[in-house]
Amino acid sequence: MGPTTETTTEPMAGPATSAPAPAKQPPTSGSTANQRKAQRGSATGLLANLALVLYFAFSLLPVLFIVALSLKTNAEQTTTYLWFTPTLENYQTVLGLGDGGSSYVRFFLASLATSTGAVLVSLLIGIPAAYAAARYRFKGSEDLMFTLLSFRFAPELVVIIPLGVIYQQIGLYDTIFGMVWVLQLVTMPLVVWILRSFFQDLPAELEEAALLDGYTRSQAFLKIVLPLVRPGIAAVCLLAFIFAWNNFIFPFTLTSGDAQTVTVSSLAFLGGNQVRFNLVAAGAVMAVLPPLVLALCIQRYLVRGLSFGAVKG
Amino acid sequence: MPLTAEAPPPRQDSADGASTAPLAEARRVSRRRKALRPYLLSVPAVLLCAGILYPFFLGVSYTFFDFSAQNPQPDVVGFENFATILASDEFWASARVTLLFALSATALETVLGVGVALLLNRSSLIDKLFERVLIVPLMVAPILAAIMWKLLLLPEVGWIRPIAEFFGVTGYNGTDSPVMAMVWAIVVDAWIFTPFVAIIALAGLRSLPKSPFEAASVDGASWWLTFRKLTLPMLWPYLLVAVIFRLMDNLKMFDVIFGLTSGGPGDATTTLQISAYLEAISYARYSRGLTYMFLLWALVFVISMILVKYLRRIQDRAAGV
Repeated sequence: MGPTTETTTEPMAGPATSAPAPAKQPPTSGSTANQRKAQRGSATGLLANLALVLYFAFSLLPVLFIVALSLKTNAEQTTTYLWFTPTLENYQTVLGLGDGGSSYVRFFLASLATSTGAVLVSLLIGIPAAYAAARYRFKGSEDLMFTLLSFRFAPELVVIIPLGVIYQQIGLYDTIFGMVWVLQLVTMPLVVWILRSFFQDLPAELEEAALLDGYTRSQAFLKIVLPLVRPGIAAVCLLAFIFAWNNFIFPFTLTSGDAQTVTVSSLAFLGGNQVRFNLVAAGAVMAVLPPLVLALCIQRYLVRGLSFGAVKG
Repeated sequence: MPLTAEAPPPRQDSADGASTAPLAEARRVSRRRKALRPYLLSVPAVLLCAGILYPFFLGVSYTFFDFSAQNPQPDVVGFENFATILASDEFWASARVTLLFALSATALETVLGVGVALLLNRSSLIDKLFERVLIVPLMVAPILAAIMWKLLLLPEVGWIRPIAEFFGVTGYNGTDSPVMAMVWAIVVDAWIFTPFVAIIALAGLRSLPKSPFEAASVDGASWWLTFRKLTLPMLWPYLLVAVIFRLMDNLKMFDVIFGLTSGGPGDATTTLQISAYLEAISYARYSRGLTYMFLLWALVFVISMILVKYLRRIQDRAAGV
């Protein structure tokens, strides 16, 4: 191999061989180029940080605004300035602290009951189905998975109108049980798809080894597999809870009082002839808090959860 | 140990071969039970699906009736609902609004989301801090986000008017004009869901191999060339997942638009979901509302089928390379 072959192959092998590149340039011009590059790098770095700060200002602006508004008095609620004496009065009014509870507390508890119920039912039904779909190849498995996925993407009103008619007939309208049932449309696809991806992550040899050790199939599942996916199940629980809590259209159309949730009741403060913006804000802040706190606990699994297991973060 | 009470697992003595008849019989039974097991595990989920599909098909059948609150004993009208709705200007107007909203919001969220992900991928200190805050809007219920923005945009209450005036904008009127109502609806949707695209893109970026980028930097490739020729193609399978989720969601977005503008002013932001809601709930014309909904459902279904098929091809190609 002479130097001629080396020069001819150089463009081809360019990315892999880094040695020839600096050798071509005299050292002085190379260092000034590097300096210029570094200068440009710090300038773009500054611009990038500026862009980030702008985005996060946009991202947090409504949150800061709503918190500020919730702390304003009646007299100040229709002012836009920032300097005011904060008061917790609005929170007390919304919660009805002075006069023995308010409807907001009832709505909050209804949200808690329907969301928790929906998650529990989804887990009970969803864990076996997710395990079956992850471990066995059987006829109809993909059909079941995609039917569930289609629920996630179907416009809810397609089901709501007939369901409203049925619910009125069989007395499930405006009940916690009725809401738990209909929220399965939201939580079930989530639970099955995400848990399937967690089950698939475990090697099948795990259960085979357990079977060889004399465990039955169900023992292998309960004692070996389930403990290993426990973090996944916890994450799915919280995420499903958040989705059920944040749902609006189902409680909005299928409840009227007893089973009404906080997402619906926050709209109610906007109605009436005298709108109390500061009360709307206080109600919204309290309704936002539970999902936010839960989300911070499962940030690690959020990517996988929100993409239905399609992207493993 | 309770385990000894169980019959020995068939696998354990498979080395002996099928010498004795009862053993073979037991094995056959267990094989049949094994074949049945996934079905048994799935039965509850299938029943639940059936429980949801029943109202769905009931709803589809309503589209062939003239069912409304005024007419609780409906008659079969065949395809009349479809014919009148497809012939009406309102339907095509809201179909246009739906597509305009869904495509613009998805595009904005994708571009912003990738941008934010690229910025956060430098993993400096400021990035670590921001990554925690990033998901906040995503966890706010969309209806509450819409209400927060509605107040924020109100000229007499919110902060947007003073901000607009600071930058010299005169005649700020919130969501009162048709164009601005649509713009703000898209902005609010992007406010909530840009983090969704960003965290998926960020997960994608972090999973990309390092060596092609090192090679490109050694070759002195410009940032834009690297992004277009390397980052984007390799990120595409991830991005596509986010785009599909966002497009499907935005086609049927109800909460954001209902909370922010309720479809107004006029019908400037009346999407198919809002039209269906007005028809079915406000005017209690169930059959007409369901026909709207079924047409939207068909659109969403066809688009999702095409996109999911495309996604699988992309993912297979990515896995093959």
